Amino acid sequence: MEFSIQPLGDTGIIIQFGTEISEAIYQQIRQYVYWLEQSCIEGIVEWVPAYTTLTVFYRPNIISYDELSQKLLKIGEKIESMPVPDPIVIEIPTLYGKEAGPDIQFVAETNGLSEEEVVKIHSSSDYLIYMIGFVPGFPYLGGMDKRIAAPRKKTPRSRIPAGSIGIAGEQTGIYPLETPGGWQIIGRTPVKLYDPQKQDPILLKAGDYIRFVPITEREYEKIEQQVLKGSYKVVKYKKEAAET
Amino acid sequence: MKEILLVEKPGLLTTVQDLGRTGYQQYGVVVAGAMDSFSMQIANLLVGNRKDEAVLEATIAGPSLRAVRDIVIAICGGDLAAKINGKDAPLWKSVLLKKGDQLSFTGLKSGARAYIAIAGGINVPKVMGSKSTYLKAGIGGLNGRALQKGDVIMGSDAVKTSTIGRMLSPSLIPKYEKHMTIRIVPGPHEEAFTKEGIDTFFSSVYEVTPQSDRMGYRLKGPKISHRKPADILSEAAPLGGIQIPADGQPIILMADRQTTGGYTRIGTVITVDLMYVAQAVPGAKIRFQPVSVQEAQKLYFEQMRIMRQISVGAGIYDE
Repeated sequence: MEFSIQPLGDTGIIIQFGTEISEAIYQQIRQYVYWLEQSCIEGIVEWVPAYTTLTVFYRPNIISYDELSQKLLKIGEKIESMPVPDPIVIEIPTLYGKEAGPDIQFVAETNGLSEEEVVKIHSSSDYLIYMIGFVPGFPYLGGMDKRIAAPRKKTPRSRIPAGSIGIAGEQTGIYPLETPGGWQIIGRTPVKLYDPQKQDPILLKAGDYIRFVPITEREYEKIEQQVLKGSYKVVKYKKEAAET
Repeated sequence: MKEILLVEKPGLLTTVQDLGRTGYQQYGVVVAGAMDSFSMQIANLLVGNRKDEAVLEATIAGPSLRAVRDIVIAICGGDLAAKINGKDAPLWKSVLLKKGDQLSFTGLKSGARAYIAIAGGINVPKVMGSKSTYLKAGIGGLNGRALQKGDVIMGSDAVKTSTIGRMLSPSLIPKYEKHMTIRIVPGPHEEAFTKEGIDTFFSSVYEVTPQSDRMGYRLKGPKISHRKPADILSEAAPLGGIQIPADGQPIILMADRQTTGGYTRIGTVITVDLMYVAQAVPGAKIRFQPVSVQEAQKLYFEQMRIMRQISVGAGIYDE
């Protein structure tokens, strides 16, 4: 595994695995994170995976830069051949179009497709979560089909409801909380990606995959009720199992 | 749980802060926390709290607070002209605030932020392990917002009075100057800048602009030139990271920074110097000086050692 290590001030280390977005590079980061988790190095506070980097934050009074960088290099040397659990696919039930997705017609027209085709294309691939950032729980997703790409809105909306699913250029994403934004909104999920009062406040994790599953208005309402009551369970499965 | 303070005037921006919401950055949750964590921790130690207990962070124009019962407090950090019942209140010292006493802040003498620790701590629910207020997401502190007139701050039942009079040795009290040299560990995107750009950065004086807040400090000064694009693939953005966008003007990332960022960074402010940035006001002049990570960590140990000595002296063993 090839990577380089650099200090990030006196409490961080950045590990660089490559310079371009690719699933292959990202799988190395995922593997590295898994073994970093297993190795329980004392003094590490947390880490943040991103497209081509993994940043580790630590307490220098417990472990110094020199000690930690040695340990991090060693992890890289030995893990190449070590197994990693299969990634998880999380289903995001999505109501496409109409009020929930006011820009779906624009996305369809931009690409010379029907709305149904946009839904079909958008909901037929697994999207890798490269990182979470921007706001709590916002996933940076890879793998959107270029046939449904669409430019951002010229004037951003001042208010996009939580759970909205949008397209910006060749990216797709979900708004975890109500914010302003310029993405073309094509649908909405009743599932909460961010709930600060919960034990696990964030639903998604970098390294897992998302799959959008079209639902009807009735199903949306039913899931919304279950989410409110706290009885809703997201559908998850192993990525490998899904393909066989 | 008892009522301890009534907010008569909230001040410009007074929030509940501790050491921040660590452990959730990979989920996009901003760390927040005290801007000047040195003053925050010392204030806690002086009143006999664990050093990571939540305190009030007052900004530039401090609040007016009325004690609802007898409490022990310590004010550390910037000198916002604190008064108790109109008389000068000591800084860096644990004092008794009697029921009915008024603590007010009447001006700005030095620094930018004062920290008010209360013996027994501040009783607000922890959100993701922290009491820190993060305003943009509306979480932590007092209902996720800054103090407002009429708010009542809750504290703990048991108040130790044995700490009254405890003070920080004057030799350890930081001085906040209008001209400062801030040490940084260079990187990680040094290769994105021209040699002249890096030389300019280390040889020039940068001024803190009014566009500076808990999220970051925008500086202005001689332009730092890039030889590669100023935009990078987003990656984790550390506390004290110095971003240089395409306009060549530095931005120092502070407590409320987003967890990830997409601009090149020329260096990261070392931990022991962050407090001086946190106490800088618009118009302050900053010069940057490179140090190695090993040197930065030596200074870090020294600061930890001092805090440990104070903890042990105060009979607090929290590590």
